[in-house]
Amino acid sequence: MKIAIVDYGAGNLPSVERALTKLGADIERAAEPDQVASAQAIVLPGVGHFGAFVEGLRERSLTASLRAAFDSGKPVLGICLGLQAMFTKSEEAPGQPGLALFPEEVRALPTTVKSPHIGWNQLRRLHQSKLLRGLPEDAYFYFAHSYAAPAFAEYAVAACDHGFPFAAVIERDNLAGVQFHPEKSGETGAQVLRNFLEWIL
Amino acid sequence: MTLAHRIIPCLDVDAGRVVKGIEFEGLRDMGDPAELAARYNCEGADELVVLDISAAHQGRSTFLEAIRRVAEQLNIPLTAGGGIRTMEEGRAVLRAGADKVAVNTAAVKHPALLFQLAQQFGAQAVVLSIDVKRKGNSWEPYTRGGRDATGMDAAEWAAEAVSRGAGEILLTSIDRDGTCSGFDCELTAKIASTVPVPVIASGGASTFDDFLAVFTDGRADAALAASIFHTSTHSIGVLKTFLAEREVAVRLSR
Repeated sequence: MKIAIVDYGAGNLPSVERALTKLGADIERAAEPDQVASAQAIVLPGVGHFGAFVEGLRERSLTASLRAAFDSGKPVLGICLGLQAMFTKSEEAPGQPGLALFPEEVRALPTTVKSPHIGWNQLRRLHQSKLLRGLPEDAYFYFAHSYAAPAFAEYAVAACDHGFPFAAVIERDNLAGVQFHPEKSGETGAQVLRNFLEWIL
Repeated sequence: MTLAHRIIPCLDVDAGRVVKGIEFEGLRDMGDPAELAARYNCEGADELVVLDISAAHQGRSTFLEAIRRVAEQLNIPLTAGGGIRTMEEGRAVLRAGADKVAVNTAAVKHPALLFQLAQQFGAQAVVLSIDVKRKGNSWEPYTRGGRDATGMDAAEWAAEAVSRGAGEILLTSIDRDGTCSGFDCELTAKIASTVPVPVIASGGASTFDDFLAVFTDGRADAALAASIFHTSTHSIGVLKTFLAEREVAVRLSR
């Protein structure tokens, strides 16, 4: 079971790679469309700017192979900006279309709260979740972001509140995403990644 | 559901070793960075900071190697700083395994660096480090490891830096650093109420009550300390339990 970790030119790939390798996953850094096509599962990691992410995918001609992977039912995990990129667009880069797997728009956190939302926060469970299986309700996860997707849709299985209720975990068919950083969330985060690995087996 | 207050151990690194100074002068060897990092990761640290305190005098490769070795040990976030002057140097520490880059002197000299870093890596990856000394009723930022006065006002500089792209402020009281006389809560509260980003208080931590005070009176989002953790007089887990019992939101590891 080969997992492609999509390399779009920025982002903190080493920590995601290290976390998955420690759990015994067979991973490959994928900067070529062929690598995405031949993998059995895909991780879209990401930190940085929404526009740079979308642009990075396009420059490497990865967008089409990612779409094919999404459509073929391959399991995909988006992390932080990787989750945001699955939406239609973001206030961070209004001119840049996202991957549009989910119809909503990613919005800036309001000025009524400290932004970026940096630190360890808890979740509100909305629906049954595969990624959060076995984790206590009051578990903490590490967040570092200034933008977020809304939590009202059915596929938002867990929300976090910071300025507005935002999607902390999304799951729909073969697609999943987490707004927090599982690779930086200690043992709790490792359990989320373990759940992903069990899910894709 | 609450955003937890963070406890952040800091490793001051010189020539690949963790050292601790008193009021920015006089250094003592405190151990190997990777070994200390592994210990803090286990003890329930929420994050780790590594600072290259030799940056002004030496090459960067030793420090980048230290970041790599530290990052290997962690499943929590890592911030690296000390002598970072350009976006390329920032990229190098992020590539070595840090999640955030802290800048101080270079941001004072070239505030545009904050914008460049934020554009490239996102504001959440840009930490502005401010070292201050009290001056009457305000605080003055110092650069070059506390050597050069800037003539600026800490609150004004913090606000400007945030408008230019800093996503977090690491605020160190030079007066308190290494003195074990407690955080400067007045300073921390002043900056925390001025800027719309998280503030990490640093300098002077000695007792559990100091942490309680900086999270309540000081309104800090996070508290950073070095020597009290290095010398094992206080375990992070015990400190967090103490804070939780006093109704400060913290992440208790299980």
